[in-house]
This record gives sequence, structure tokens and C-alpha cells, in this order.
Amino acid sequence: MAASYEYEDGGFQQQPDSAGYDPNFVPDSVKSFVVHLYRHIREKNVYEIHQMYESSFQTLSERMFKETPWPSVDAVAPYVDNDHVFCLLYREMWFRHLYARLSPTLKQRIDSWDNYCSLFQVVLHGVVNMQLPNQWLWDMVDEFVYQFQAFCQYRAKMKNKTAEEIALLKQYDQAWNVYGVLNFLQALVEKSTIIQILEREKEGLEEFTATDGYDYSGGSNVLKVLGYFSMIGLLRVHCLLGDYHTGLKCLRPIDITQQGVYTSVIGSHITTIYHYGFANLMLRRYVDAIQEFNKILLYIYKTKQYHQKSPQYEQILKKNEQMYALLAISLSLCPQVKLVEETVNSQLREKYGEKMARMQRYDDEAFALYDELFSYACPKFITPSAPSFEEPLVNYNQDAYRLQLKLFLYEVKQQQLLAGVRTFLKVYSTISLGKLANYMEVDEPTLRTILMTYKHKTHAVDSDGKITSNADVDFYIDEDMIRVVESKPAKKYGDYFLRQIVKLEGIMTDIDRIKLE
Amino acid sequence: MGKEETTQKSQLAVTVEQLIAVNPYNPDILPDLENYVNEQVSTQTYNLDANLCLLRLYQFEPERMSTPIVARILVKALMAMPAPDFSLCLFLIPERVQMEEQFKTLIVLSHYLETARFRQFWDEAAKSRHIVEVVPGFEQAIQAYAVHVLSITYQKVPRAILAEAINIEGLSLDKFLEHQVSNNGWVIEKGQGKGQLITLPCTEFNHPELKKNTADSVQLEHVTRIFPILG
Repeated sequence: MAASYEYEDGGFQQQPDSAGYDPNFVPDSVKSFVVHLYRHIREKNVYEIHQMYESSFQTLSERMFKETPWPSVDAVAPYVDNDHVFCLLYREMWFRHLYARLSPTLKQRIDSWDNYCSLFQVVLHGVVNMQLPNQWLWDMVDEFVYQFQAFCQYRAKMKNKTAEEIALLKQYDQAWNVYGVLNFLQALVEKSTIIQILEREKEGLEEFTATDGYDYSGGSNVLKVLGYFSMIGLLRVHCLLGDYHTGLKCLRPIDITQQGVYTSVIGSHITTIYHYGFANLMLRRYVDAIQEFNKILLYIYKTKQYHQKSPQYEQILKKNEQMYALLAISLSLCPQVKLVEETVNSQLREKYGEKMARMQRYDDEAFALYDELFSYACPKFITPSAPSFEEPLVNYNQDAYRLQLKLFLYEVKQQQLLAGVRTFLKVYSTISLGKLANYMEVDEPTLRTILMTYKHKTHAVDSDGKITSNADVDFYIDEDMIRVVESKPAKKYGDYFLRQIVKLEGIMTDIDRIKLE
Repeated sequence: MGKEETTQKSQLAVTVEQLIAVNPYNPDILPDLENYVNEQVSTQTYNLDANLCLLRLYQFEPERMSTPIVARILVKALMAMPAPDFSLCLFLIPERVQMEEQFKTLIVLSHYLETARFRQFWDEAAKSRHIVEVVPGFEQAIQAYAVHVLSITYQKVPRAILAEAINIEGLSLDKFLEHQVSNNGWVIEKGQGKGQLITLPCTEFNHPELKKNTADSVQLEHVTRIFPILG
């Protein structure tokens, strides 16, 4: 996953040539690293590439480049036959390391953009004949979107920009331009024909998921898999822009109810579900959000021990916490606790139990909690347009976030009376409007609007216009009587027995294999 | 939901849909998208994807934003209720633009609809005719939404409640009801001394028990897992 999202500008500005760093000095270990990596790439040895990429690069960074960048690409190029594509890949990693550990200057941000342009153009023109690990290809897309987001945040802090920086921003106005970013992702999706590949796969005409996207017949996986991950990149960019509908549309070719290439890399798996869930939360499709958060949180709970040494571990934990916060919000607005698995539920209670109880009250303190959880867990929204350099320079990096927060709290406010009504509906099977109005201390016409609001807000509309009920407690009104229908948890006996049959069969097969002496 | 397009699509609609499909992130299609909004207004059609695409271009280049077009998109989005289109659009419109008087009014209107306060809605709409009446079919679309909310809430609704929600009374309401009775299966009966009572068509939303049947079924693909064992 990308560099730390917590990264802020303005702190220390590390100059690459300070602190005794010589960009042209290539230590032996780096020499050996690039020579071997280059060889493995030429030999399409995905396993070795993956080892070097995931562990050697981290180890060397940790040992030798904790506070300085790696040697410049020009210095290492002679060891890799000046291979054009390898140099682009090396620079991509070089910048990623710089973003993660140091503070990139504006010039470096622009250079990194240029490098992505060259790299993606090479890929799009089909001259890359490599087989790269999915992890690496995911990191490219992920980092590309991250650097775009970081650039927008950086640019929006206009107040303390120097004249020199402003001149650079004006001169390189195409760098990290939102059209450029979206068009690269879109071009990767289209050029890779990944959508058609996934369609053909459904009909059994092509293999993609079964091979994790790798090409075992001598071809390259780079364009195809980059195109695949770009769909997730588009989902994320659209969420950053507040365009949840379009974001989900970009993801639609991937069936997230199934395992897929997106689950082959933990970072991609989490990013997909985090944004999918968030977008559904904003679209009021709470059940969809709850179900997917539940699944991924359970998955992380069961597998996080295997990622402890991974460079992504911190990010995994961070997103894990954020998704618990989003789950707490979703369940407060739509208390379908039965959709949540027991392990996840007890984690949730531990983290947010007390807050969730207070969120049910819908007083000022409750709103403050919705605000707090949303602000903690939401994506880092961006304003994509360039600032006006003529007007007085103001910071606008918070604008996008504030708008999304405001609209979200507006929605919460519209639902504030629903929790009260829910409490009463739970304890009655029938009750007259007059009586309930009395209990709730409102007049009858107001109660009718509250009940209709309850119905409207608990019914989600999907992208095809189909309406589904998300209500935990449902009712209907017959003239002046409210009749309550509590939706009992649908016990899935069928599914349970089927799974047990398969399990038993497996055990019996195992037993059959045992030969007693 | 907005009116479904039944007649042939216009040339512009076809062109715009192709443009969005081929290159949704192209600033050059902005004028076409604006024309398409106007066409949606005059022909009573609706295309959320195209409108979001336009709002996105405005978001990228705020200096090209046309507020009358944005207002039309928002009125169209209100007409698409119960779908959340109005919020979807607001998410993309900068806060300072939302501060303009006409947008504040539309946000209030949306709030009344979202919280099913139809009386207040119609009062407010009457005061803001200049904004909403630019878009033909507005009243009918909101009435359809009101009927939708009523029919997921009520099995039987008193006539007065219906009248308030759809803002039709007296003879016009009689005519409206007559139409619904013959076309949509509404039934009118005598209430308990308080005038007419209208039985709305039965759905899984006002008869929640209807939905139950599917809950404990097993999906075929799950059953297929044990086929090898049974074989």
C-alpha cells in the first residue's frame, strides 16, 4: 500500500543533496540488488521478483536509506544495460520510497508525475513484455492515486507557498492534473480490455481470475492487471471527489461477492471494500455497506497475523480501525446487528459500544460523535481544480472534506427521530397512531411524517432503481392502526447443512486415506 | 423515478451517451452535456450519468459553471426521488455555490421531501414557482414520489392524508382517484365516518409478510457444491 496517508507537508524539507547524500554513489548492495532484479525481470521469474520487491527493497531501505533517497536512476542505469523500462520502474520505486520516508519537494512531485506518464505510456503502447507480481502492480496504481491526492492537498495549502513554488505550479499546470489522472486510469482499463476479459471469463472463454491474472503462456500480465487495478483506482478517485455513484459504476465489472484478483493483494482488497462500503454508506445503502465491512473485518481479524512483517501492516491496521468506525456509523443508522458476525460484533462493541449507545440519542453530543467518527474514517477528500493565483492566497484543502461532512450530518439530522420510533415499534405488535403520538409527544400529523420518513429512509434504491427494504423493524399503517412486523433473523439452515455435508465428506475422505499399520 | 423514455432517443441523447461511454473525462464535451440538460427538461427525459458527468466537469473547471444549468439538474434530481440523486448532485457542488438563494430553496424542498413533510413542501414550492416550474412535469413527478411513500407505508390511507401529500383536492382528486382505480388497482371504500379510505395496491413493503417466502430458500449454486458428493 502507498506511503503513509498521515503524511503532512511543511515540516522538514529534506534536500536530497544535504546530509551527505550523494545521488551518484551506488553501494555494492544496491548494485547487486538492481542487477539481480533486472535479471529476474528478464527471466520472468515472478517468485524471485516478488521476493526482492517485497523484502530486499524494504530491508535495504531500512538499513541504508532511512533518511535519504535511493541512488539516482542515472547512477544505477549502467548496471542494467540502461534498460528504459527498468529505469522507469526503478524511478517509480525511488519516488515511492521518497514519499514514504521524506518530504517531497514540488519539483520532485512534478518529476514523479512525469515518470508515471512515461511508465504508463510505455505500458499502454504495449512494449512491456514482463511478468510482474500483482503486489507491485497494485502498488503502482495505489501510489499513483495517493500521490495525486497528496498533490491536491499540497496545492490547496496556498497560504505559505513561496513565489518560486507558485511560479512552478503555474508553469507545470499539467502535472497531476485531474483529467490526466483520470484519463490514464481510464486508458489502462480500456487498452487492457479487462472488462471484456472478465465478461469472457464468465462464459468460460478466458482465464484471468484462476491464474491470478498471470500469463503462463509467455505473454505479459502488466497491462491486463494494471487495467484491472485501475478500476479500483477509479473507484477511489471518484470517492475522493465525492462522486460515489460513478465510483461504484467503475467497480461494477468486478464481482465483489466472489474472490478475485482484487483479493490476491491485501492492500487492494481493503481499498476496494473500504471505498465500496463508504460509497454505499453515503448512498444510504446501509445493508450493502454493513455486509461488506463485516466480511472484510472478519477476514482481517483472521489473517492479520500473517501480515505483521509486511510494509503494509500499519496501513492494514489503520484501515481496519477506520472501517470499524464506518461500521459503527452504519449500524447506528440501520441497526441490522444480525448481519454482523459474532467476532466482528464483539470487536465493535469493545471499540465503539459506548459511543454507539450515545449515538442513538440524537442530541448534540450524538451529532458530535457522528462528526468525530466520520471525520476519522472518511477518505481524504480533494478539491481537484487549480487555485486562482490572482485572488488572495487562501488554504482550501479542507473545503471538500467540510462539504461531505456537512451533507452527511444533514442526512443524520433527517433521521434523528427514527431511533425513537424504532424503540416503540419494537415493543408493540399493533398500536394506534393516536396512542403512539401521545407516547412520542408529537401530534398525529407529525407522527405520520415521521413514520413515512422511517419508511423512506429504510428503503434503499439501487442503481437500477430497484427498491429494497433495509428495515430491522417494519410496519404498515391500516387506516389509523400501526401494525408491526419484526423481521426475524432468517436462519439459514439450508446453507449450514450444505456446508456441514461438504465438511463431513472431506473428513471421511481424509479418514479413508489413513492406512492403519 | 424520472419518466422512462419510451419514444426513440433523440440524436443528441445518442451522441452524448456515446461521448460519455468513449471518453467521460473530456472537457470538450461540456457544451454538449449542457445542451443535453436542456433537452432533458424540454422532452421530460432524464439521464443521471450524463448530469453527474457535467457536474464533475464543473468541479474540475469551476469558472465554466453555469448556475442555471445546475439548478435544472437539481430540479430534475428532486423529480427522481426516492432515488438519492439530489444528494449525489450536492456532493459535487461547491459549498459557496450552494449558498446561492435558489439552491438554498431547492435544498429546503429536498429536505421536506426526504422527511415526508408534504404540506410544507407544497407551500414552499408554491412560493418558488420561478425555480421549479421551468421544468415541465415537476408536479407529477413529486406526486408520484408522494404516492410511492404512501404506498410503502399504508395499506389503507384516509383520503385527507392522500390529498395533502399530493396536493390535489375536491373534483380533481376524484378524477385522480378514478384514474388510479381503473389503472393501478386502487380501491376506494367508506372509512369509519371520516370520509373515504383508499386501499393501496399490495406490495412487499406494505405487506412485509410477502417478502418472507424467499428468506429460507437455498440458492442453486450452493446446492451444486454437494452434487459431487451425491453423485
